Amino acid sequence: MNDLLIKFILSAGTLFIMFNIAGLLTWVERKQSAVMQDRIGANRASIFGMKAMGMFHALADVLKMLSKEEFIPEGANKFLFNIAPYLSVTFALVGFAAIPIGGELVLNGHSIQLQAANLNIALIFIFAMMSMGVYGVVLAGFSSNNNYAFLGGMRGAAQMIAYEITMGAAIMGVIMVFNTIDMQALDRAQGAYMLGGWLPKWGIFVQPLSFLLFFTAATAETKRTPFDLPEGESEIIGYFVEYSGMKFGMFFLADLVETVLVAALMATLFFGGWQVPYLHADGFYFPWGGHMAMANLPVVILGVLSFFFKVALFIWFLMAVRWTLPRFRYDQLMNLGWKILLPISLINIAVTAVVITLLGR
Amino acid sequence: MENLDKYFDPKGPFAALRVSQMKRSWKQSNRRELNWWENTYLPMLISGIYLTSKHFFYNVTFHILHLFGIAKGTKGAVTYQYPEMPRPLSSRLRTRHRLTKREDGSPRCVACMMCETVCPARCIEITAAEHPDPNIEKYPSEFILDLGKCVYCGFCVEVCPEDAIRMDTGNLKIAEYSRDSMIYDKKRLMEE
Repeated sequence: MNDLLIKFILSAGTLFIMFNIAGLLTWVERKQSAVMQDRIGANRASIFGMKAMGMFHALADVLKMLSKEEFIPEGANKFLFNIAPYLSVTFALVGFAAIPIGGELVLNGHSIQLQAANLNIALIFIFAMMSMGVYGVVLAGFSSNNNYAFLGGMRGAAQMIAYEITMGAAIMGVIMVFNTIDMQALDRAQGAYMLGGWLPKWGIFVQPLSFLLFFTAATAETKRTPFDLPEGESEIIGYFVEYSGMKFGMFFLADLVETVLVAALMATLFFGGWQVPYLHADGFYFPWGGHMAMANLPVVILGVLSFFFKVALFIWFLMAVRWTLPRFRYDQLMNLGWKILLPISLINIAVTAVVITLLGR
Repeated sequence: MENLDKYFDPKGPFAALRVSQMKRSWKQSNRRELNWWENTYLPMLISGIYLTSKHFFYNVTFHILHLFGIAKGTKGAVTYQYPEMPRPLSSRLRTRHRLTKREDGSPRCVACMMCETVCPARCIEITAAEHPDPNIEKYPSEFILDLGKCVYCGFCVEVCPEDAIRMDTGNLKIAEYSRDSMIYDKKRLMEE
């Protein structure tokens, strides 16, 4: 009973935090793009004269979307049309269950892993859920009874499948180095040190190429510029043309949730997740010989903060990329995915395998 | 540039013209071949992110400093928050018209019909009447200017011999809910 309660609190907390980060991203996106372009950004929505730097625009958006008409086009497959946005959001959110947000918390003798679901196949689970997200796109395009939406859905499906293969191949290197697909174990393995204890053994330091490939493929996976061909917000018409109201909002939300998920994945796989450099389970051990003892609770809190700091950093970077680079042409996109990234990631796997064998592990 | 033949028939009509055109367009599009490193897309990616991030961190620094009331002189954004903070207008900008007045408050206009004649949009309609002062001859008993039709060319101002109509009110907010209320009469044109 106690375990069940702890699990419930953990999953509810994770969902709450991630959902709120995703909601906040609408504000971050507006403000960051504005500041980047020497503008001020949305700052007019106010509640009782309070503006909170434009944060209420997210609320105003939600209100607007909830009060809009939900239009279902004539000849659309109603069931699929209605279920597609839910699929998109659900599969994006479910992935967070397997992401460890912190280390091992000891409470009254109980050992709690700060991860909603302690799966031993966590990585495969997350990738499965991300792959399922393509169903939302395809079904939305297919069920709208609109040729443009249909084409958008097909573009989305082709792009996501192409880049998922690269993404899967890119993380193979990490899996081989750390020898596990359990996310919590992966994080713990990244607590080791190289170069005489100076350099933390994070994914980025042992597999830099893998990180670059994963970053590119993951950006494509979130369907944002420079890979936003499935939706094409401004000019080419995407898979959710026919959607209005909150159903459109859900596609939008799924996008942002996926951004958070991808940022969390990058932090976990390549930047040590909740690891803080030189912080061990019982305090800091500095490579120059210092030791600072710490209790379990502050160590865990530092770990959680470190994880969210890394996630925020990657979200910032994803946003910077999204507001800097122009969109790829479709043939360039496919060339990049199939002819450049996939071969490089396969070579990366081969080289990693050879090196690991030679090092005799 | 060698194999022009495959694009068109070199013996056909206007062949020389086509060749010169193609040479010109080839010159215009003659970009340097990208080398291997540039083809990886990475240098442009990095320089692009560097540029936008530079702007981002510069502006964010000043936005944060402004929160603490420091460095108010340096702006973190080029935005003018329009209704509260109007942009400075150039003194030669053509804005809403006004009729200038004599010392006694009557319009300076002598109803010569020059502006009505020159107006390309035909938005001015003057009804002349005899002025009691024999030195002035005429005055406009009605002066109607339809801002819904006006194209803001400023010809009326240039053509006026009496400096009676000017476009220097600095008033840009001429939006109305109906076309009728955009028709300005003498009284509305004379109040500032």
